[in-house]
Parts: sequence; structure tokens; C-alpha cells
Amino acid sequence: MAEVNTMRIQILAIFGSVALIIFILNLIRKKKLREEFSILWLVTAFIFLLISIFRPLLDKFSYFLGIDYPPAALFLILILGLIMVCIHFSIAISELKETNKKLLQELGLLRAELEEKERREK
Amino acid sequence: MKKIAIIPAFNEEKNIQGVISSLKQYQPDFDILVINDGSFDQTSLAARKTNQALVIDLLSNIGIGGAVQTGFIYSRRKNYDLAIQIDGDGQHDPAEIKKLIEPILADKADMVIGSRFLSQSKYKGTFWRRLGIKIFSFLNLIFLGEKFTDSTSGFRAFNRRTIEILSEEYPDDFPEPEAIFLLKKKGLRIMEVPVSMEARRAGRSSLSFFKSIYYMVKVILAISILMLRK
Repeated sequence: MAEVNTMRIQILAIFGSVALIIFILNLIRKKKLREEFSILWLVTAFIFLLISIFRPLLDKFSYFLGIDYPPAALFLILILGLIMVCIHFSIAISELKETNKKLLQELGLLRAELEEKERREK
Repeated sequence: MKKIAIIPAFNEEKNIQGVISSLKQYQPDFDILVINDGSFDQTSLAARKTNQALVIDLLSNIGIGGAVQTGFIYSRRKNYDLAIQIDGDGQHDPAEIKKLIEPILADKADMVIGSRFLSQSKYKGTFWRRLGIKIFSFLNLIFLGEKFTDSTSGFRAFNRRTIEILSEEYPDDFPEPEAIFLLKKKGLRIMEVPVSMEARRAGRSSLSFFKSIYYMVKVILAISILMLRK
């Protein structure tokens, strides 16, 4: 019975990761997702897939880390992937904020310049 | 010598005209630049109505640092030799600008800070602000070996070199204490002069309790990183 259960989660994990890969690739194809932001997702999904297919790999990995229940290692990998994606987002947002600030400043300066010019021409 | 007064203003429609007219009264040779940092009220219109100030409107709020930096960029491009920063809420008395710019004119300092703690100022700020100022002042001492009594003060004067540096690099929010470290690291001279400050006339101060805590954590982190970066 236990065999059947771990088998079931293995199949679920394989389907899940394949679905994720297809979903991400499709988003890139439709230009809804930039390649830059897809790489971390794809890497996470591929590692997940690899480990789901080759159970001994997961067993060795869990043994190495001292995790008794190997499928729990799957969650660890998934969480690590998510943390990396989140940090990546934080960096991207910081960059966007900086660019945004510069744009707002320059726009304000340009408009003031334009107003001044119009006033002088009057 | 070209001189400019930079006034960052966020929702100051009730105070801004008073600040501008009082500035013109005490320092008629200063050009006045109001940076309207995405106000929801009629700050921009109120400032324009005076016909004595140039107004730069930022489309949305980017924080006092980003607003003041816009003023530095403007000053650098228009070749100003001296700039002062003065709050748009009437806390700072334009009559005291002459004390602020004196060390700059005599080339004794690159930045001058108006300190409310060097004088018997009526207004000392809230308890949390004073505590924050004490902590910053301690950080000044251990990192810079020099003490500043009012590192959060936004009543300041800058010479050309400082304008250039700060137009390149200036923090977005709570920039004042950080700017001291930034300039000191570059070997610039900073001086404090006593000024008196009033409690704001209308509207609310931008600092609530939780914001003060965030302010402190953010600035301490920024300063630590600044000092670690060689």
C-alpha cells in the first residue's frame, strides 16, 4: 500500500513539473513572459522533473541531507526555487523603481524647461 | 553668484505661498524652485500663483529625497553656485538663511546644516524623532569621529561641489542622515549652525510612530552598507 502511495506522488510530481514547463514555455511563446524571468522557473521545474523521474537520485539527495522521507526533499527543492525567484523579483523591482524615479525626474525637468521656453516666447 | 532655494513640497497648498513670500522678503537674490512631489492638493497651483517661483511637478510621489535630487539636477544644469534646501511647511525661518549660507560664501564648508539643538529652538520635534536623532548622532561619532546634533534637519545649504555629488547620488527617502555619511566619505566639509524651528503651521508631519521605526532601521542599514562599501 505504501508503495502505491509513493508511486502516486511520483506520478503527480512528474505531471506537475511537465505542466509547469509547458506553461512557462507557452507564456514565453506568447510574449507574456520575458526569457529573463523564465529561466529560474524552468531550472526549478527541470530539477523537479529529473528528481521525480529518477527516484534513486532523490533518495541519495535526501540521505545526504538527512531527510527520512524522500518526497519531503521535493518540497525543499521547490521552496528553494521559489525563494530564488522571489529574490530575483525584489532585484527587478528595485531596478524598476530606480528607472522610474529617473524618468519622473527627467519628465518634470523637461516640462519645466518647456514652460520656461514658452513663457519667454510670449 | 547664482543662488537657488529648493523647496520640496508634498501637499503643502496651505503653507507654500507663505514660505515663498517670506523667502523673497529675506533673500531677494535667490531663485526659488518648488518641487511638487506628486501632491494630491493644489500645491503646484498655489506656488505658481505667486509668480515668484519656478515649479517642477513630479507626476507621482517619489519621496523627499528624489524630489530634492531633482532640484540638485536642475541646479547643476543651470550652473548654480549655491543652493539651499528649505521645507515647504513653514518650519524653517527664511530670516535664518543668511546664517546658513555664511560658511559656504566664506568657503569654510561644503554643506551647512541648520540645527535646532545648537540653539534654544522652541520646537524640538516628537520624542521618537529626538531619540532617532540621538542614535544618528552616536553613529556619526563612531563612524565619522565627528558629531552632528541634528542630522535629520532638512534646512541646509550646499556649494557647487556638493550639488554635483548629490545630483548623482541621493537616497529616495529619509535622505538627510545618509547624505552626511555620503559627503563625509568623499572628504567634504560639513558644518552645523544654530537655527530655530517652528512646529508646522498646517497639515501633518510626514513622520508617524511606525514610520519613525522604519526610518531608523532603513537609515542605519543604509549607513552601515555605505561605510562597508569602499
